[in-house]
Parts: sequence; structure tokens; C-alpha cells
Amino acid sequence: MALLEIRNLHLAMRSFDGEAHVLNGIELAVERRQVWGLVGETGCGKSLTGLSCSRLVPTPPGRYLQGEIRFDGQDLLAMPDAQVAALRGTRIGMIFQDPTTNLNPAFRIGTQLVDVALAAARRKPEVLGGGGRQAAERLAVQMLDKVGIPNAAERMGDYPHQFSGGMRQRVLIAMALIGRPDLLIADEPTTALDVSVQAQILRLMRSMVDEFDMGVVMITHNLGVVAQSCTHVAVMYAGNIVESGPVRDVLMAPRHPYTRALMQAIPTRDTPRGGLQGLAGSVPNLITPPPGCRFAPRCALATDTCRAATPPLTGASHRVACIHAETVDA
Amino acid sequence: MLEIENVTKVYPGRKGMFGSSAPVTALSDVSLSIRPGESFGLVGESGSGKTTLTRCILRLEEPTSGRIRFDGQDFATLSPAALRAMRARIQIVFQDPFASLNPRMSVHDIVTEPMVIHAAALGLGPRQRTERAAELLDLVGLGPQHLHRYPHEFSGGQRQRICVARALACKPDMVLLDEPTSALDVSVQAQVLNLLGDLQTRLGLTYLFISHDLGVIRYVCDRTALIYRGKIVEQGDTQAVFDAPQSDYARTLIAAMPEVAFD
Repeated sequence: MALLEIRNLHLAMRSFDGEAHVLNGIELAVERRQVWGLVGETGCGKSLTGLSCSRLVPTPPGRYLQGEIRFDGQDLLAMPDAQVAALRGTRIGMIFQDPTTNLNPAFRIGTQLVDVALAAARRKPEVLGGGGRQAAERLAVQMLDKVGIPNAAERMGDYPHQFSGGMRQRVLIAMALIGRPDLLIADEPTTALDVSVQAQILRLMRSMVDEFDMGVVMITHNLGVVAQSCTHVAVMYAGNIVESGPVRDVLMAPRHPYTRALMQAIPTRDTPRGGLQGLAGSVPNLITPPPGCRFAPRCALATDTCRAATPPLTGASHRVACIHAETVDA
Repeated sequence: MLEIENVTKVYPGRKGMFGSSAPVTALSDVSLSIRPGESFGLVGESGSGKTTLTRCILRLEEPTSGRIRFDGQDFATLSPAALRAMRARIQIVFQDPFASLNPRMSVHDIVTEPMVIHAAALGLGPRQRTERAAELLDLVGLGPQHLHRYPHEFSGGQRQRICVARALACKPDMVLLDEPTSALDVSVQAQVLNLLGDLQTRLGLTYLFISHDLGVIRYVCDRTALIYRGKIVEQGDTQAVFDAPQSDYARTLIAAMPEVAFD
């Protein structure tokens, strides 16, 4: 049984213009020690998928039309709120994009870490081995040390503004991992950081995966980040996962026309000047989505069959949602 | 085309209620020379002084010492009127196309505004300005039907095209591109980069392309300089900088590039 299994998830969001069908049958299974990169362009639903994993999408305006999100076998969507809240921080950890807005500027980071550790220990006593505040403080120092903050014990008394962006993101990683979660959802964890800091944070996250024996869903729009730090990747377009599988299989031999288009839009060392290919057209309106495959209006291969029904995600480990995937050369 | 000689910019420290802060050296002894018709890349991380340098070039900020010459003329010695005329020749495209377009102005007003400001240099009447605005929109891949729309009706990529049209309105020789694609998705970024390349060939523009995205710089620029904490640590032909970086900083930065490549 997978640690996290999303089956045929459909989510609609109410907006001024009508209800937008923002997730259209998401299928994803995450095992322990797998790092799944969830990639796609703005508005494709990757963040909503991530938020759904810890049921943080407010309903309303959101409305789950069908599907299930099984965490360790239990359907999150069928659980009472209190039970989901008990999972957050203890079994499901989260890291968000902007390290500045996710720390309270008025409290020392030590205080914030200790609070999280104590809250986690209330539901999961083994986090502190039965100890109290002092044990929580020791654990907080240990975690800061583990995420590479020098002089951890002294920095406990510092406020968030005394840390740089990269250091704050490390603090947030420490905070997400202090309750020893089984699943970590990281929503664009390095987007706000400089490249050299980004590389350090990605290396750190990767090393934590094996140590904590956890599964990770990492949301990003950068395929380079995925290639460097994920074991698996799921490419999203307009609310669908269009291609998923082990990262090498997908990125070295993309089979979905959208994945290919995305790869051709990234400048690499061998791209000649003028050789980049943008993607014509724009993302469909999700209030009145096109029938069938949502990529069809922008796809050169689209036929009437594409426009008739949404193609399912098929394949064993490398899965593609395109009826032309087999006929097109690899 | 543009000569930057030993430019230093120091922001004075502040004395406040809770003590004083030390002066900040944003640029220290920066020298660059940009040739006509080339794309010159400037790469650096946040806080390295990239934006301060563009502000000094546009004379929005006075350098503490050093000289900046454009086409042989030192901006510091020009009269206000001459400076204004000079400014028509260097234009800028900013990073965030959502923040850099006035939501209450129509595309027509946005694109013709520089022509109104530089009316003396261009000598265009209202009707000619509208005609030119339509031409410019056509040039950047939009159409005359967009003239009377407002920024909120456009996507990020289209807005950045409008910003490019505005920058080209008074026929500049040089365009400063300050992270022009970092707010855009990759497929849109590719379109905008190709548009910029295409415009450069057609209009013979000189670009100073500022970015923290090394992949984009490698794709676009002929020559590249790396700036770190206000100092230029490396400069040369783009290919040479990427293939055989000389400084430690360049090596670290290039090694940290997230590339879609597997060994």
C-alpha cells in the first residue's frame, strides 16, 4: 500500500464567473523514500493538489466532486476535521514557498520550534520520548543543527528577521520535520531563493528523505529542480496529470506532447539562438474546459478522438495520458 | 556603446532611533563596456547590485564615483534638456509586467506616453503617435485591436510584450532588460526571448540583459559579466564564461544551475 494514494480526484472551485473544474481526475501514488516532483505552469492545479494532500483547500469555495486521497490507507476526504488536524505536523509536514511570511516575526525561532514540537508530542509522545519543554528545546536545537544552521543553540534566541532567506527556509524545514512526519509536502520550497542557496536546500531535503524514511511531494515549476532532486515526476496541465513516472524515464524520453513542448521551451547548453520553442495558444478556461483532452486545442497531433473523451493515464511505471503516445516515435 | 568606468555607489548609513547603520557599498569599482548591437548579460544573485547598476545607467541614481558614458557622452555633464533627449535612446523593460503597467491607462496611452514625453525628439502628432502605437503592437506580436484595452485584460506574456512595445516607442538604441522573463512561465518565456532576439536583429538594438537565470543568459547573450556583492568577478564571451569559468564564484554558480540533464 502506498503512503499516499490519490485516486480520480476532482475538485471544483467557485469563482465570480462560475465554478471552475480545477482538478480533473488526479491519479498519484507516493511511496516512502520517493520524492515526487509535481510540475506545471501557473494555474495548472499543482498547488491545489499539494494542499489537498493535507486537506487544506477551504470548502467552500472548493468542492470535491469525486475521488479519494488515501493516506496510509485512510481516505482524508472522509475523515472528520479533528482527525485531519491531528495528522498535520505529526504525520504530514508542509513547507511553503515564502520563508518570510511563514514565520511569526514577533517570536524567537526557538519558541516557534518548541511550540510545534510540543503540539506534535501531544498527539505523538515518541517525538519527545515522553519529555516536556526541556526535551522539546533539546530537539529544536538538534533539528536546527541537522538542517545546517551554525551555532544552533545560540540562534534559538534569534528572531526571524535575523536570518537570511536561505536560513529561514532551513528553519521552516526543521519545523516541518520536527514532528517526524511520514509525508512532506513542499510547495515551491526554493523558488524565492538564489540558485546557490537553492542547490544547498535541495541537497538538504534529499538527505532528509532517507533519514526520516518519508515520502515527499515537491511542487515546482522548474524542471531543472525536478531533474536534480526528485526520483519521480508528474507533469500537470490544466488540472490533469498528463505524464508521470521515474524522473529519468519521463525527462529523457517524454511521450506527452505537452511535456515535450515544455522541455523544448527550456534553454539548455545546446540550444542554438532562436531555437527555443514557445507554446502557441493559452491555457484553457477551466469554467468551460474544452471537451476531451484539455491540451487538444494547443496540440499539433489532436484528432477528433482527442476532443471526444479525456484520455486516461495509462502505462505501468511511466504513465502517459495521450492516445498518440504509442504512435509517435519515442 | 555604453562605457561604465570604475563606478562605485555607496549608500550612506542611517542614524535612527535604535542606533545607526554602516554605509552600504552597492557597487564597487564596476567597469563594463557594451558594444553596439550585442547582447550583454549581467548575472548576479539578489542584493548583488544588478538593479543599482541599471538605476545608475538611467541616471535615476547618481554614482558616488566613476563615469558612465553612452555613445561617448558622459551623462553627468549633460544639461537637463540634453539628458532628457539622451534618455529617449536608452529604455528599460522591468521584471514584473503586473506592476509596471498602470492599470488605469489603456494600451494606447501606455505605448504613446514615451512619444508624448519625448515629443521634441520624435516630432510626432497625436494621429501619428496612434499609428506608431499600432505598428509597435504589430511588431511585438499583438494587434491594433488591442489598442483600447486595459492591462488586466492581458496575460503575463502579453503584458510583457506591451512593456517591450513601450520601450521601443521612442526608437531607442539600447534597451535594458531587467529580469524580463523571470515572472513568466517557461513556455511564455520562450516566446518573449524569441521576440527579443527577433527585434534585436530587425532593429539593430543593443541589450543589457540582467537576470539571475544562467540558462537564459547563456541562451541570449554574446558576452556575460558576473556580479557578486557589488564587484564584477568575471566577464567575457558567454561561452568562455560557462565552459571555463575563472573565478570561484562563477564555478559555484554554474555548478548550482538546475539543469535538465543526467549523467
